Amino acid sequence: MRPFKTLDAKAAPLPFASVDTDQLIPARFMKRSRSEGYGQYLLYDMRFDGEGNPIEDFPLNDPARAGVEILVGRRNFGAGSSREAAVYALVDYGFRCVIAPSFGDIFASNSVNNGLLPARVTEEDAETILSLLENGQDRAFVDLDTCEIRLANHVFRFEIEPVWRTKLLNGWDDLDLTASYADDIARYMVSDKERHPWLQEIPASI
Amino acid sequence: MLREHRPQTLFDRIWQNHVIASQSDGQQLLFIDRHLVHEGSFHGFNKLKDKNARVSRPDLTFGIVDHYAPTRIRDISKIDAAIAGMITQLEENCLANDVRIFGLNDPRQGIVHVVGPEQAITLPGATIVCGDSHTSTHGAFGAIAFGIGASEVAHVLMTQTLWQKKPKSMRVRFDGKLGPGITAKDMALAMIAAIGADGAQGHAIEYTGSAVEGLSMEGRLTLCNLSIESGARCGLIAPDMTTVNFLRNRPLAPKGDLFERAAEAWLSLRRDDDAALERELVIEGSEIAPVVTWGISPEDALPITSAVPMPDAMTDESRAAHTREAIDYMGLRPGMPLTEIPVDRVFIGSCTNSRIEDLRAAAAVLSGRKSAVPGLVSPGSSLVKHQAEQEGLDRIFVDAGLEWVDSGCSMCVGMNGDLVPPGERCASTTNRNFKGRQGPKSRTHLMSPAMVAAAAVTGHLTDVRDLMGGRS
Repeated sequence: MRPFKTLDAKAAPLPFASVDTDQLIPARFMKRSRSEGYGQYLLYDMRFDGEGNPIEDFPLNDPARAGVEILVGRRNFGAGSSREAAVYALVDYGFRCVIAPSFGDIFASNSVNNGLLPARVTEEDAETILSLLENGQDRAFVDLDTCEIRLANHVFRFEIEPVWRTKLLNGWDDLDLTASYADDIARYMVSDKERHPWLQEIPASI
Repeated sequence: MLREHRPQTLFDRIWQNHVIASQSDGQQLLFIDRHLVHEGSFHGFNKLKDKNARVSRPDLTFGIVDHYAPTRIRDISKIDAAIAGMITQLEENCLANDVRIFGLNDPRQGIVHVVGPEQAITLPGATIVCGDSHTSTHGAFGAIAFGIGASEVAHVLMTQTLWQKKPKSMRVRFDGKLGPGITAKDMALAMIAAIGADGAQGHAIEYTGSAVEGLSMEGRLTLCNLSIESGARCGLIAPDMTTVNFLRNRPLAPKGDLFERAAEAWLSLRRDDDAALERELVIEGSEIAPVVTWGISPEDALPITSAVPMPDAMTDESRAAHTREAIDYMGLRPGMPLTEIPVDRVFIGSCTNSRIEDLRAAAAVLSGRKSAVPGLVSPGSSLVKHQAEQEGLDRIFVDAGLEWVDSGCSMCVGMNGDLVPPGERCASTTNRNFKGRQGPKSRTHLMSPAMVAAAAVTGHLTDVRDLMGGRS
């Protein structure tokens, strides 16, 4: 996974609370193969009308925002379904960071597993950032080392689980780490068979 | 054995039993006892293939067809090719990895969170994961059960473990006794309305109190199912005799003496009285009224006796903005009584409310009555469907004018093509009233099965207690 240290990029406002994963990628697109790229389905029903035409005043449809890599939302971003496809849609569209006051737990964890930074700010700071982006500002600088966002003349602090920060900074994949514990896993299975045989062995008849 | 007494919550106790290794940053490697996969797990299987890996513990992995299961035609050659492809893909992935599968035409097929308990794949004290957020359902048995994403699905498939940081603990106590017509669905929606859809983020909820202990396993499953809608990582309830009696003689439960030994261990899974409590919420069971959602998030929930909120009267600007967005999407008027909201159709089903007790509750209201609107009833599993037919419940639904179909996730998420048409309003026993959840531009009102039945009878949101005279 590509490490995340700093990001100096275009940012777009998405001034809604509880942008859930059903909105990030509607269920009907989830049969598609990832190789097609999920970016085209991102926020589909918010970006397009019933006939598939772009909705003019939707922030991501503004040509000036092309190439955007930072998305700023309100509270409870990514609530709902565990579909990692919601993160694929953001990543395939080009996003590397989402800023919001709170995130759905599973969404945040999926984000980190795909190199997308979920940066948690206060509700007050989220409102300030949204307002700056809606009034002429279009870029932000995100520093994961210092956990700071710089925008115009402001500096905002953001929070992220230290475990996730380390993982993103290094671009680590859990599987590499787990492989080094293979013996411990094997030992666990043997001892748990003694302690909880009903968990380790399931009747064969099915 | 001598050991230092460190008071533990129920969650602590089960978690500690599964820790294989701990990192200095707080991450812990957990063993996973049960992994449930469905059609949507294909991204996880693809990652496995990319690494030329195989499923590490196929004996602890179970495949179940639910998300894309067609509910009217079970002949896979006669359904939409893309949907059929999702089902055969799961069957092939399971077959290639020696994973047991409950396929589309297996008599035990159903929604993964209904089949797990029914077959006793779900057991107390276990860690259970699935690439589905409503995996929290299984916590009803006193298990740590949570939804995961595709990268984590791949990790569990390959190693039967998962790195996790332990969530904080929170207790929700429902005291007293529920009133007539009040169900676990009303308890859960009342809680979510109180703390918000992100109110329990980062927490594991332990449900306690007499109103919880009084619930059947079906009710407990509904309560734990909706934990995720409060943002919680998972929800769980200490095992008791209700739990043990439910599991006895189930197909995959331990047998004979081993069951007795297991049951003893399960009943010892309790929180210590002096366990530390990071947060607590207390709700008086007798004060809960039937709850419905009016908006686009499960937190937009109110007792049926109230009215649509008035955003102009709100001082919190972001709250007012959300309320306006919700009222606009749902096509409502601020201040209108909830009972004046008409419905276009009803849906009874989903991992939240499709078990036999749910169908009985809806049938009790519909018996001898007609539904004013069309609707779909999809049982939680093929076994629930069979049992309901034995009890004659299917006749009640059909006679009322509703459609009685096969089991699957169906109209809760619409992946199989069971959709609410654009602009239509559906009274639904499901778990999410998100914009477009039941189909593009669909409008969803969440409520209990009995409340959906009441809305079907009158054609508008209705207090089921007014229709209950003499029924239960």
